[in-house]
Amino acid sequence: MKFGILVLDGPYNHEAGDSAYNFIAAAMNKGHEISGVFFYNDGVLNATKLMDPPTDDRNIVKRWSELGAKGVDIVVCIAAGKRRGIVDSNLAPNIRISGLGQLVDMTLNADRMITFGA
Amino acid sequence: MAETPKKIMFVMQKPPHGSIYPYEGLEFILISGAYEQDISLVFLGDGVYNIKKDQDTSELGIKGFVKTYRTLEGYDIEKLYVDKKSMEDRGMTVDDLIVPVEVKTSKEINAMMNEQHAVFPC
Repeated sequence: MKFGILVLDGPYNHEAGDSAYNFIAAAMNKGHEISGVFFYNDGVLNATKLMDPPTDDRNIVKRWSELGAKGVDIVVCIAAGKRRGIVDSNLAPNIRISGLGQLVDMTLNADRMITFGA
Repeated sequence: MAETPKKIMFVMQKPPHGSIYPYEGLEFILISGAYEQDISLVFLGDGVYNIKKDQDTSELGIKGFVKTYRTLEGYDIEKLYVDKKSMEDRGMTVDDLIVPVEVKTSKEINAMMNEQHAVFPC
């Protein structure tokens, strides 16, 4: 099955991003396809390379970048990002900035669209 | 040949002011309207306040967006539903709302949700 993933909550402050990541890892492990990951609302904060958590904790942005390196399309909403200071200059590797139209495309291309956080 | 439009439902559950989320939800809804899909919008819980008449945000110092709901029709987003109990619990009737809506029971909304390709909270 082809899953689209929407993340609406910021990293560390809520579990949504962790749950999304764990879901994706489990789905890919079972041979499912991820049509894309879209960060919207406070979810855009998942994409900043300035994130620098304590070394004994998970590094959420590093995890997303590594997922992007595996070929999963990870997209940040430009409008929600600009409001929250997420722009090209602080964007983590293997994540791209685009518009909400990408989220619609992702939704239409997926068999199931799953939202984490709200 | 054009593909069959997919059913996409947005569920507005948060009050219009006090957070950015209903506004960002509305931005997503408007973009979706450009894709010629079968879009519907449900107002549930405090989300019903989004379409209450006579809102005035001038003293809040924020840009109000209630009027944007009136433009949805122009984006071919005409399926607007209000949860009956949510509206009544807040002492409102359809006369208090700025856009024409269909009033549905929770059971009817649940049945519609089950028919969707995707459901988004906002």
